[in-house]
Parts: sequence; structure tokens; C-alpha cells
Amino acid sequence: MSRNLGTVSRSQYSGYYLGVVGSVAVVVLAALPYLVAQGFTNILINLFILLTLANMWNVLAGYGGLVSVGQQAFIGVGAYTVLLMAQHGVEPFLAIPVAMVMGAVFAVPVSWFLFRLTGGYFAIATWVVAVIAGIVITGVPSLGGGTGASLPGLHLMNSVLLGALTYWASLAVVLASLVGVYLLLRSRLGLALTAVRDNEIGARSVGVKVTRAKRVVYLISASGCAGAGALIAISQLNVQAANVFNIQWTAYMIFAVLIGGIGSIEGPIIGAVVFIVLQQSLARFNAWYLVIVGAVAMIIAIWARGGIWGIWANRSSTKLFPVGYFLRKPSEKKSSVLAKTEY
Amino acid sequence: MSWINALIQGIFLGGLFVLFAAGLSLLFGVMEVINLAHGDIAVAGGYLAVVLIPILHIPAIWIFIVVVPVFVVIGYLVQRLLFQPSLKSGSLTTLLVTFGLSVIIENLLLEGFSANSHSLSIGRLGSGAFRITSQLSISYLSVVILFVAIATIVLIQLGLSRTKTGRIIRAVADDREAAQLIGADYKHVFGIAAGVAFGTVALAGLALSMYSQITPSAGPTYLIYGFEAVVIGGLGSLWGTLAGGIVLGVAATIGLVASANFGALAPHLVFLAILAIRPQGFFPKKALA
Repeated sequence: MSRNLGTVSRSQYSGYYLGVVGSVAVVVLAALPYLVAQGFTNILINLFILLTLANMWNVLAGYGGLVSVGQQAFIGVGAYTVLLMAQHGVEPFLAIPVAMVMGAVFAVPVSWFLFRLTGGYFAIATWVVAVIAGIVITGVPSLGGGTGASLPGLHLMNSVLLGALTYWASLAVVLASLVGVYLLLRSRLGLALTAVRDNEIGARSVGVKVTRAKRVVYLISASGCAGAGALIAISQLNVQAANVFNIQWTAYMIFAVLIGGIGSIEGPIIGAVVFIVLQQSLARFNAWYLVIVGAVAMIIAIWARGGIWGIWANRSSTKLFPVGYFLRKPSEKKSSVLAKTEY
Repeated sequence: MSWINALIQGIFLGGLFVLFAAGLSLLFGVMEVINLAHGDIAVAGGYLAVVLIPILHIPAIWIFIVVVPVFVVIGYLVQRLLFQPSLKSGSLTTLLVTFGLSVIIENLLLEGFSANSHSLSIGRLGSGAFRITSQLSISYLSVVILFVAIATIVLIQLGLSRTKTGRIIRAVADDREAAQLIGADYKHVFGIAAGVAFGTVALAGLALSMYSQITPSAGPTYLIYGFEAVVIGGLGSLWGTLAGGIVLGVAATIGLVASANFGALAPHLVFLAILAIRPQGFFPKKALA
């Protein structure tokens, strides 16, 4: 009876392909400052920052079910950590990991408070926290008050070298966020999160510690957003509260995730690329691009909930990131997957 | 003396916050969705008045006769065509849709009117004031706004408790499935609630553009104040919302005595403190009215 019921495997060939293609892509991306004009790598810096944010919002909302519109609080924490350390003589690039730690540290007390709330309450309360953080920072004259402060320590550097270093730093942060989320989702906690994503009450009833899982995700997301905030400070060489605490950042990350597909690792990657392409090609229409991107995101959220990746994944069982399990019939060839959804 | 002045000015400022909160409270009570575009809709109402006044030659103070009905219709349509389809995928999707709407409205206004501020001039009513003592005076406009805010709350309350539509709205808010079983068309009810919410918040936008000024990005600030008023008062309680708005207004003006920065911070701190101590608010109710 027990024989030939089927085999369960973690990955498909596409996963191995991703390993190879991904490694090559990372090497090529790392070499880009030597190969292409700085204008192009500057666009990629924006893409990496957006992808980091989108990836963090996706793990928060898509897996943890925590819809936050206040992640700009942690972008601000990251940016101001870099500014404060640079003012005390620390190399801004070395301050990036510290900024990421600070993001998580700030998220601990905030999470005690916010986790009393759910749904829409949680969403607006995250926003209130970001507004408060912005107002408090504006009241500190040594951090530039409302007008902002320029980032010391980098102005004397050769602009080509600075551009390349900023590019590598953002590549490192985005890779860390992607690999981090990938490893998180493959872990025991990831299994819990996937269960929470699919059915929170069901997950609770089979013994998943839902609140603990959510808190871990919240801290990780805060840390990643702080990393992105540190990169924003370094790439703009200027930190202003009205910019880093702007709700616009949350709009960007939400739109990227909704367009690409919420609740998968692949979705935010596609969404961030689409977003940046739209942004670049619609740049001459000023604010119209956000109207168009917002409308597309809204239509997708209502009528195509899985986003671009969801439409693709519904037709094919290909997964780039092997975070689930696949069930195969024993008789069939290895490439045919019995169950279309991953478990 | 400056403290008493701040307290009294705060009560009147609270009237403005109440106008922003009333529709939010109603819509949340009926549909359990927070409309993140609420503040931007108010600002859009203000800009509609800026456009219409030179065309229609109506005094600014009477423009609400045109603007409010327009927003009631828009509210009904937005609910039926946009919010309703998104409710199928859960209330979090609706939350994201309202957020998208907020960004779209803000950027459309930015394209149409630039980032410059606009305001509605209402002549003597805007500049005149009741002089109580040499140091204490209350502007006519802030008295009118507080009166309109209280009238709005009273009218919504009366509408909910005395009219047939109001009873159906309360039934749907209490138990959607049971209300459907006895023949209530909940989609139509949601539409009416959204219409009332959009109409009242357009009124708030008009009040804001007469009281101070509007910019395309002013909406979120007032959305947050409105939301805080709803939560402080206790969900589903319109009288609580009135109290919550006034508490926030007083916090803002008393904070302002200390410093401009603290004036902006104080209402949020009061909100957080109340949320930490009494998350259910002052006058919590299970359902509307």
C-alpha cells in the first residue's frame, strides 16, 4: 500500500536553473559599473532600493497578513542612523548594517504597541507611528530639522567611485533581502508563515504560533526597510525628514508588490522591474505616471489578485524559488508535477 | 489666559476634525473598511469649489449646495464600481484599493492645480470674530464649522435611528447575512453609506479651504486626525467621534502653546496614549447608533 504513492520533492529543474542563472546574473550585475554608463547603474540603484522595499512589504503583508502603510518610519530610521553616524565620523557605507540593526531595534517597542490592533486599525496606526517619527526628527536641529542635512564624509570622493560603491552597496542589500526571505520561507518559520498566508485561523488551530511568527516578520521587514533607507541617504547624499518619512515610499512598495503578485518571492521582483520601467518611460508625464501605476495596481488588486506572477503561475507549475514542496506521481517523468500548487 | 484661549480655540478646531471623522466612522461602522482616500476626497471637494465658484458666481459660503450632492453621487458610484468588487477578496484588498485611490487623487490634483496652496475667500465671515475679552476672540467661521459638525453628527444619528434607510443600514451593520435574508440589498446600503461619507467629507474639505488652505498633499494629515477622532471616541459611536475630535483639537492648540512642533505632535501622542490605555475608546458600541 505504501509504495508508489508519489514522491515529494523540494525543487524542480527550474530551481536548479535559477541557481545557475542567478549566480551568473549576480556576477554580471556586480561587474556592471565597469561595463555600462553611470546613468544606467543609477537607475539600477533605484531598482534595488525599490525591490528591497517591495520584498520586505511582500513578506510583511503577503505572508504575515500585516498590511502596513507606515514602513517609511523604518526608512527614516535607517537614513537618520547613517546621517548620525556619518556626523560622528563613521564611513556611511559601514553604517548600513548598523542602520539595519537599528531598524529592527526600533521595531520591537513599536510592535508591542501595534500588535494590539488588527486590519485597518493596524494599517493607520503604522502610519501614525511614521508621522510621529517624522515630527520628532524635525524637532532635532542637529539632524537638520525640517530642512534636512547633507551627508558628510562622501563629498570628497571621486563621483565615479562613489557611484560604483553605492551601486555595490545596494546590490548587496537587495541580495541580502532576497536571500534572507528565501531562507526564511524555507525554514520552519517559513512553513508557519505560508500557513498563515493561506488561512490564519486554520494555522492557529494546528498550533502555529501566529503572533510570534508575525512579530519576527515585522522585525525583518523593519530591518530591510531601514537598509533601503540607509541606501536612500547615501544615494541622495542628503537626508530630509519630509522625503524619507514620505508615504510615497509605501505607495511605491505596495504598487510594485500588487502588480508583480503578492505572496510569492517572484512577484515583487517582477513588480519592481515593471514599476521602474514604467517610471522611466513615463517620466516626461510628471505625476501622471503615479496615476497610471496606481490605477494598474488597483485593477490588479481587484480583478487579478495574484498579479503578473500569479497569472503566469496559474498556467505553469514553474517556480523560480523552491520554497514549497512538489508532489509527483511515481510513474511519471520527473518534470511533470502532480499538484499544480506548491505545498 | 493663553491656556484658556488655547482650550477654547481647540474646541472649535475640533469641529473641523469631527467633520473629517463623521464619514469615516459611518463607513467603518457599516462596511468595516477604513477609507484611506478619505482625506484626499475632502481636498478634492475643496478644489471642485475652487473651480466652480468663478464659473457659477455663487458666494463661496453657499458652494456646498453644489459640491456636496456631487460628492454624494461620486461616493455611491465609487462604492458600487470600485470598493464593492474589491470586498470579495477580503477587506485588506479594499484597504489597498482605497490607498491606491488616495495616491491617484493626490497626483491628479498635483497635475491639475500644481503644488501651490488654494483657499476659499468668504469675506467678512472669514475675517470677523466675536470679541469675548481683549485677549480672547472666536472667529465667526470656527463657530460655523463647529455648528455644522454637530449638525452633521445629529443628522446622521437621526437618519440612522428614524428613517427606513437608516434602519436598514443599522441592520446590515449588525449582521449582513441576516439583513440579506429579510430582503435588505446590502450593496445599495453600502453605496448610500459611502455617498453620505463622501458628502460629509466634501463639506470638511470646504471648511478646511475656508479655515486655512488646501494643497494636493493635505489629505493624509486630516485622514489621520479623522481616524484618531473615531478611535478615541470608540468605534461605531458618532457621539464618541464628536468627543474624540474635540479632544484632538484641544490637544493640538494646547500643544501649540509649547511649540509649533509639539502642536503637531500632541494630538498623535494623545491618540497613542488612549489606544494604549483604553483601546476600545470612550464610548464603544458594538454596532451603529
